[in-house]
Amino acid sequence: MWDYTDKVKEHFLHPRNVGELEGANAVGETGSLNCGDALKLYLKVNENERIIDATFMTFGCASAVASSSALTEIIKGMTLNEAAKLTNDDISDYLGGLPKAKMHCSVMGQSALKKAIADFRGVQILEKPGQIVCECFDVTDLEIIDAVKTNGLETTEDVTDYLKAGGGCGQCLERIEQVIESVKAKG
Amino acid sequence: MNVIYTDNNATTKVADEVIEEMMPYFGELYGNPSSMHTFGDQVGKKVKQARQRVADLINADPDEIVFTSCGTESDNSAIYAAINAFPERKHIITSNVEHPAIKNLFSHLAKKEGYEVTFVPVDKKGQLNTKVLYESMSENTAIISLMWANNETGVIFPIEEVAQKAREKGIVFHTDAVQATGKLDIDVKKTGVDMLSLSGHKIHAPKGIGVLYIKKGFKFTPYLIGGHQEDGRRGGTENTAFIIGLGKACELAKNNLELMNTEVKELRDYLQSQLLEKIAGTTVNGVIDNRLPNTLSIGFDAVEGESILLLLDREGICASSGSACTSGSLDPSHVLVAMEVPFKSAHGTIRFSLSHYNTKDEMDHIITAMVPIIEKLRLMSPFWKDGKMV
Repeated sequence: MWDYTDKVKEHFLHPRNVGELEGANAVGETGSLNCGDALKLYLKVNENERIIDATFMTFGCASAVASSSALTEIIKGMTLNEAAKLTNDDISDYLGGLPKAKMHCSVMGQSALKKAIADFRGVQILEKPGQIVCECFDVTDLEIIDAVKTNGLETTEDVTDYLKAGGGCGQCLERIEQVIESVKAKG
Repeated sequence: MNVIYTDNNATTKVADEVIEEMMPYFGELYGNPSSMHTFGDQVGKKVKQARQRVADLINADPDEIVFTSCGTESDNSAIYAAINAFPERKHIITSNVEHPAIKNLFSHLAKKEGYEVTFVPVDKKGQLNTKVLYESMSENTAIISLMWANNETGVIFPIEEVAQKAREKGIVFHTDAVQATGKLDIDVKKTGVDMLSLSGHKIHAPKGIGVLYIKKGFKFTPYLIGGHQEDGRRGGTENTAFIIGLGKACELAKNNLELMNTEVKELRDYLQSQLLEKIAGTTVNGVIDNRLPNTLSIGFDAVEGESILLLLDREGICASSGSACTSGSLDPSHVLVAMEVPFKSAHGTIRFSLSHYNTKDEMDHIITAMVPIIEKLRLMSPFWKDGKMV
């Protein structure tokens, strides 16, 4: 059984801000049914680019629901510029931490938020730079390099925990290992 | 809070009768069954009785029964014995829905020992593709190992038919009967398998005791090399209390077999029909009329298994999910993937596995709990709107 914090459990059992949001003017979607988790984030943003309301719909495990709930609580009242600086660690910290294997749930929150902000600003999120390594979860080598550097990841399992990369068919595990090795080699 | 335990394919309650039977052998009756004194021999006599009881459950001879530490040890012992018996044969066959004890061992043999492995596929109902199996059999095949029944879906494989084909071709046949024992009538003489694994903790004995049945005449080489115990087929001083407990559990299982296939099956069918009726977007996994009587694998569209389990847990209800939601691998279990269960219900698959300790009241409690749980999660799900998938 997962070692969830009381705060994760509480947000899972009593999630805040569930449902579609009437009058939402920004929506960010990430994940899919096939992946095993998905989040649809709705924002109502005022003329000063301040988030005055946020709701979510989530398909996923307890930590995915709790991360979504936490995300909406955190960003309410923030300006879009402030929200844009939010990281997955902020979501995880708000919940008192997530099990390592569940860190991708907080990454999902961050990703949906980015997409919602881009949606409000009418910005097309450009195709990701770099080469796709994990086809199942659409993760590039640059994203893996970034995650490895930022979080000091050491093994393919670490990368899977953070980015889900390698957690599907597993065919890219060798490639992920090469990427990790290349980061290590460069110091 | 009362616990409603419907996770009996994971493990079972140790029967009171089994505990009672074991207790003296933790205490004053601590003798070694191999000893030349009466004090040890009285334990030896109980071990002999246990061996007879196990043999009676599967219609074997007592000297065909070898006690091991668990189902996994039995499986490993069987496979290594077969490949040791035919070192020149470099092909091995199993299915792609096996328990990790077989699946990972076969992958290991492929990777580290250069074996060619055929993983025989199943159809969407979880039924074995025997055509692929029979076509893959050759004089280079060292062993065929198939589970008697699947732990997740309960789907039963045609063991007798495959055993006969294997015999005709002179190929060793092993079956992992860990889930089938105590739920189906197992007759090794009629079926003609060479080796069979079973595990104590699935039939109301404790964890840490298993059995490997080895057909008389099979050229067996031990996996654990050591003393003369188990007629030289498994070294190590006998785990006397657990062996005696397993013997009792096998006696009980034989007596309860009919109950399992009548009353327990009726409870399972009741739970199944009620969940199908009361919750929309619900699918049973596996062929309906050829499953273990106690097992229900059921998928709920647009929701995720772990969430269901945690909410059930709040009601004291124990069950399992069909996905290994660990280390970021959110894929449904290899069994559901092999069956090509659609993602929409695979992620929301729950396994209820019953025992004769369950009651109709408990089924009603589960049904009453499940309806609002699925409703709550679907209210949150971006893939469910107005009573259907979107």
